[in-house]
Amino acid sequence: MGADPTAPRSDRARAARTVLSGADIQRVLTRIAHEILESNRGAQDLILLGIPSRGVPLAQRLGEIVARIDPSFDAAASVGQLDVTLYRDDLRRSTSRTPAPTRVPDRGLDGAVVVLVDDVLFSGRTVRAALDAVADLGRPAAVRLATLVDRGHRELPIRADFVGKNLPTSTAERVHVVLSETDGTDVEDAVVITDAEKEA
Amino acid sequence: MRHLLSTVDLGYEDALAILDTAEEMAAVNEREVKKLPSLRGRTVVNLFLEDSTRTRISFEAAAKRLSADVINFSAKGSSVSKGESLKDTVQTLAAIGADAIVMRHWSSGAAQQLAESGWVDAAVVNAGDGTHAHPTQALLDAFTLRRRLAGSRGVDSTGTDLTGMRVVIVGDILHSRVARSNVWLLHTLGADVVVAAPPTLLPVGVGSWPCRVTYSLDEALAERPDAVMMLRVQAERMGGAFFPSAGEYTRSWGLTAERFALLDSRGGQVLQQPVVMHPGPMNRGLEICDAAADSPHNTVLEQVANGVSIRMAVLHLVLNNDPEA
Repeated sequence: MGADPTAPRSDRARAARTVLSGADIQRVLTRIAHEILESNRGAQDLILLGIPSRGVPLAQRLGEIVARIDPSFDAAASVGQLDVTLYRDDLRRSTSRTPAPTRVPDRGLDGAVVVLVDDVLFSGRTVRAALDAVADLGRPAAVRLATLVDRGHRELPIRADFVGKNLPTSTAERVHVVLSETDGTDVEDAVVITDAEKEA
Repeated sequence: MRHLLSTVDLGYEDALAILDTAEEMAAVNEREVKKLPSLRGRTVVNLFLEDSTRTRISFEAAAKRLSADVINFSAKGSSVSKGESLKDTVQTLAAIGADAIVMRHWSSGAAQQLAESGWVDAAVVNAGDGTHAHPTQALLDAFTLRRRLAGSRGVDSTGTDLTGMRVVIVGDILHSRVARSNVWLLHTLGADVVVAAPPTLLPVGVGSWPCRVTYSLDEALAERPDAVMMLRVQAERMGGAFFPSAGEYTRSWGLTAERFALLDSRGGQVLQQPVVMHPGPMNRGLEICDAAADSPHNTVLEQVANGVSIRMAVLHLVLNNDPEA
């Protein structure tokens, strides 16, 4: 899911359509931060967990914005990351990548309101894996889901609580999220749609 | 990675992938729920045709923490003692539905034969074959060294190797599959490896190994190693006379209190506090003194704990491996 960082930029640009610019992403994250605080009625017991790879910088950015809006939120102590590689249901079929670290805030997940943060919501299988991973780490009061892009084509009964942009796509298309933290400082943040067939 | 048979053909990238995966497994082993679903519904058979406690328990714990079903099989009390061949034994296990066979065998090359024979489709993990190889032991040793090195530098160990480290492997190199596997793996990971042993306990052809050889432990220690790996004196494999007496061995090749104090005070190449490693079980008073065995710089128990993480990583990688991808 998400962007293919190995694809050369020029190839991506050929059939690419930018749906969110860097400024759009910033505005979307600000809105989601407000929505999270609104639904949670403040920053109490709030924990943001990013799903690697691109959910992690998104969770960090969200954390910074939430802290700016509500100074009682300590971003450093409330933002973590949750690797779901070992919980996936397609381990036997896909080449497994090396798992990324899981970092849970010191207070633990028990009783917290955990917001999972990912870049693209597609089949819902990553989120299902994440829910299993959360259950092994503690018992949160609630688990919510924030995603930058919801592109549809769900294979499981899962929906996001906070959506940056609903993006109707065809399954032949690919959605790339490009972020400076994961894709190099020389690129501009963007969400780009490409045609998978033309790309291949 | 389809099988894990030895460290000779284990490339740098694969070795790092195992160590990095083990790093995340270690994090799981530290939390309250020490369980992952990644091998749910798979069956791992521990086929141990030679005695072992720690390796078998370690593989069993690793497989169970990944939610696999585990079948333990030992030579004693099985049809093997009635003379059943390895082929018939493993085909029986395959018929039961083994997805992976973890094998300890007295004969060098047994794991490779099992993997290449076409007798079974299961993934094969070598848990020690004769005097040939014991790859998971070498991997857990490398993992332990890497964590110590990264810890001393205050960095995250994921993605790092052993460049700059000097490791001395001491003792019965001739009979030691642990030594063989370590020499190649540590060399692959960038460490400077020295083997120190009496000439009678060095195999023919040791000159072609990717390591240096010395006949004097004191000379090796003078080079300020970061780690000294003491091998167990394997009484059960000592048919002939390899050294005059136990006292003589200890005097020349044992990590005595004096040698340990010297090692500690000199410091290593990259580690301020050199570590003492031992694959266990230790013969106290023979190859290792009490002071070195009980020192905080002795990593024996750390090695055991890391062994579970390494074996989890290996089982995950060989079983969640798409042959078509």
